[in-house]
Amino acid sequence: MARHQGRGMASINYPIGMNLGGDPSQALVHANPDGKFTVALSAIDLGQGMKQVSRQIAAETLGVPIEDVYVDTADSDTGPHDMGSFASRGTHRVGNAVIVAAKEARGVLLEAAAEELEVNADDLVTDGKGNIHVRGAASKSITVKAASQAAQFKQGKTISGRGIFLIPLSTVHPETGEMSPVTAYAHACLVVDLEVCDETGDVKVNKLTSAYELGRALNPKMVEQQLVGGAWMGMSHALYETPEPYYPNPEHGGRDYNEYLMPGPGDIAPHDITVLERPAPDGPFGGKGPGEMCANPVLPAVANAIFNAIGVRIDTLPITPEKILRALKAQGGARPQIRRA
Amino acid sequence: MLEFRKDLFADERDDNLNVIGKGEQRQDMLGHVTGRTRFFDDHGFDGLLHLKVVRSPHHHARIRSIDVTAAERAPGVKRVIRGQDVPLNKNTLLSLIDFGKDDEPTLAVDKVRYKGEPIVAIIADSEAEALAAVKLVRVSYDPLPTVFDVQEALKPGAVVVNETYPGNYFEYHDKYDHQKLRFGDVEAAFRTADHVLEERYQMSPIEHASTETNGTIAAPETNNRYVVHSCAQGLFFSLGTTAKILALESNRLHFIGGTVGGGFGGKVDSLTEPLAVLGAILTGRPVRYVLGREEEMQFASPRGAERHVIKDGVMRDGRIVARQITSYFDAGAYTRLTSYGVVKCVAHMPGPYTIPNVRGDAYCVFTNRVPATAMRGFGVTGVDFSIEVQMDKLAHLVGIDPMEFRILNAYRDGDMKAHRRVAHNTALIECVQVVAEKVNWPLSETARRASSLSGGGGPRAAIPPTVTDESGRIGRPETRQAPPQLTPGAAPLPAHQPRPAVPVYQPPPAHQPAAALPNYPSQPADAAPLPAPAPPVPNAPAPPQHGAARFSSVFTRRR
Repeated sequence: MARHQGRGMASINYPIGMNLGGDPSQALVHANPDGKFTVALSAIDLGQGMKQVSRQIAAETLGVPIEDVYVDTADSDTGPHDMGSFASRGTHRVGNAVIVAAKEARGVLLEAAAEELEVNADDLVTDGKGNIHVRGAASKSITVKAASQAAQFKQGKTISGRGIFLIPLSTVHPETGEMSPVTAYAHACLVVDLEVCDETGDVKVNKLTSAYELGRALNPKMVEQQLVGGAWMGMSHALYETPEPYYPNPEHGGRDYNEYLMPGPGDIAPHDITVLERPAPDGPFGGKGPGEMCANPVLPAVANAIFNAIGVRIDTLPITPEKILRALKAQGGARPQIRRA
Repeated sequence: MLEFRKDLFADERDDNLNVIGKGEQRQDMLGHVTGRTRFFDDHGFDGLLHLKVVRSPHHHARIRSIDVTAAERAPGVKRVIRGQDVPLNKNTLLSLIDFGKDDEPTLAVDKVRYKGEPIVAIIADSEAEALAAVKLVRVSYDPLPTVFDVQEALKPGAVVVNETYPGNYFEYHDKYDHQKLRFGDVEAAFRTADHVLEERYQMSPIEHASTETNGTIAAPETNNRYVVHSCAQGLFFSLGTTAKILALESNRLHFIGGTVGGGFGGKVDSLTEPLAVLGAILTGRPVRYVLGREEEMQFASPRGAERHVIKDGVMRDGRIVARQITSYFDAGAYTRLTSYGVVKCVAHMPGPYTIPNVRGDAYCVFTNRVPATAMRGFGVTGVDFSIEVQMDKLAHLVGIDPMEFRILNAYRDGDMKAHRRVAHNTALIECVQVVAEKVNWPLSETARRASSLSGGGGPRAAIPPTVTDESGRIGRPETRQAPPQLTPGAAPLPAHQPRPAVPVYQPPPAHQPAAALPNYPSQPADAAPLPAPAPPVPNAPAPPQHGAARFSSVFTRRR
């Protein structure tokens, strides 16, 4: 018996947003009389942080502190239409709609401030701390709160904005497949270090090292959450999960978390992540979307690392100990490949 | 552990921002960690009723009769719902964007096409009473032959799973049994390649396995409307689906959701919303329909299985000159979203590499299993697995380091992609370089100097003369291309191979400016901080070629 070390890699790209477009998102932004903003959406927060990323995009665009913005989402009576949270579309589509809406609201806010300060609105800037002042003259200023109160009670203005983002639907050519699938792609490369036991077929993932190019990490903590969680899901898909272990035989599906295998806490490997940011020309502040893609490179990298460790190719997922042992038997034992670094 | 490489692409970014780029705590964090966040199932109602369904024990069977008399008399039972009680008992999810034909009943009437298909719904005072009454429903079946393998299902004379699609394939463009991708001439390139490698990959289904199972609570409001607490990933998508199936105006439904206990694609199908609302309509009471864990695991849609057969022609110097991918997506018994995933897969071929000759054929195939649906990486995860294992094999075959091999073939700004759009904003090479550095993976000087910003375009931006064909005409299975024959690799892969020398390959041609992006239907985001903001066109009309285009004109007429 021996445990064989292996290292494998994979590189991928991932399309951001619904394939072919035609998937609009809307946003409504308004301020209360104290200059506190609400963003109304119909986007779904699945745990990925849809509310928070929308909130940061709104605060940045409005030029106000983040604690002055809350996101209210997914009440069909108050939230405007949105296609939904899937296809890595939330940040890109909803984020762009929020920018459009927040810009319109900011325009009214600055007009109200300009009227109070008796200056031209084009000369005003926000400091991100709740103040509006004349560019280059910080002393000539008014708070967002005072400007909002003036808009509401003196000037009769609504500080609000509407936004929509839509990539028009692309056609698909029947003969050639010519189409415009999406406008932005994220990228990744991932290396897996693992070991394979040639007696039990057990695979232990020891380390993941990755680079993800995501346009811009709008909230690095949430990006980390996605990438760490997604890599776990990729590892689980590669080595553990399936409702049909002998596909296409439909039997033997798990009925609960005891029977449906997934990696446990002891199986989780450290993950060293590097983020690259090449802004998407049409992304909100350049953002793309790490949501779906982060599981993808793990699957082939694990398969390639297993080959590197023992010289067998398993081309069917998941790569179970049974498949490894059968392949080792067919090959007549492990044949470790060249080590890299 | 997460770190940034801010030095890369720095001249394309303005990092002088207030809130963007900061790891601010989420506004919902406190609620989540203190257990006070309200999910759909945290909404209590007086007089709440519970709905459970009778499911088929057969993978494929004709229904001879359904007897609900005992169930109707069972303790606590308030209402039994059958297929004929559903106003529009045939739907396909993507009908909301005019893509595909209605093919799936909410409750099966004459036939069941997968094990677990709902046939009758029982509404009772408690879950236990509903489950007890489920057992009292007598359904008599004539079992039918089954088909579970995608390539078996495509054979002439195979068992017909779903009569809406009698060939067991989704129909693309009213013309073909699959979606094609044609770029250049793969056959000619295979003839000139130094090596040809054809391999088959299989991704089995997997579960979304969200902590929160699918479910809905629907309740009558006092104004002839219904409030619906939903876990849908697309709120209006689910609202629209429910309104269509129940033949209601959309404004009679008030959907509330947005806080969901995990989705991963498993909450796009509106599995529970239509029946819960129908229950509320028929009883005048609030109705809760939540899948149990076993139901979720066994009968809620999984990520479908995919089979990809990849044939590549590669030169000794590592250049891939042709790639052919034949993909079979196992949709299960009904379309749901698989037809869409197939087109997304075709758009993704041949992966993030510039290959001058590409052929793709992707099928959405019906079998007698639980209908598949979207899942994280839909249309891409399976083909990425296949492509990247294939890339490893090719690198091994030609004796080039796998990272060098990726960088050599990587797409770069200005390159033409197989779906005939120019690549821009690429960064695959840099990702490989950064990881190589991190793990001390030795790269040649050429590979370390490579850049996504240069070396692309020019001749790589050309659309080659392309061979097209009429294979796979609907109703003419004899025109379908023969299932790809698996040929062993060009030569047995040597084990214990000595470390290959650092490959010597021609550096890419000098940088040429990328061609203008043709027909790129992007609507610039007008995100101010970007250095070169595009003109703002927030309300620009769609380009004329898209006009009122909906998927009907893209693919097929709805019937």
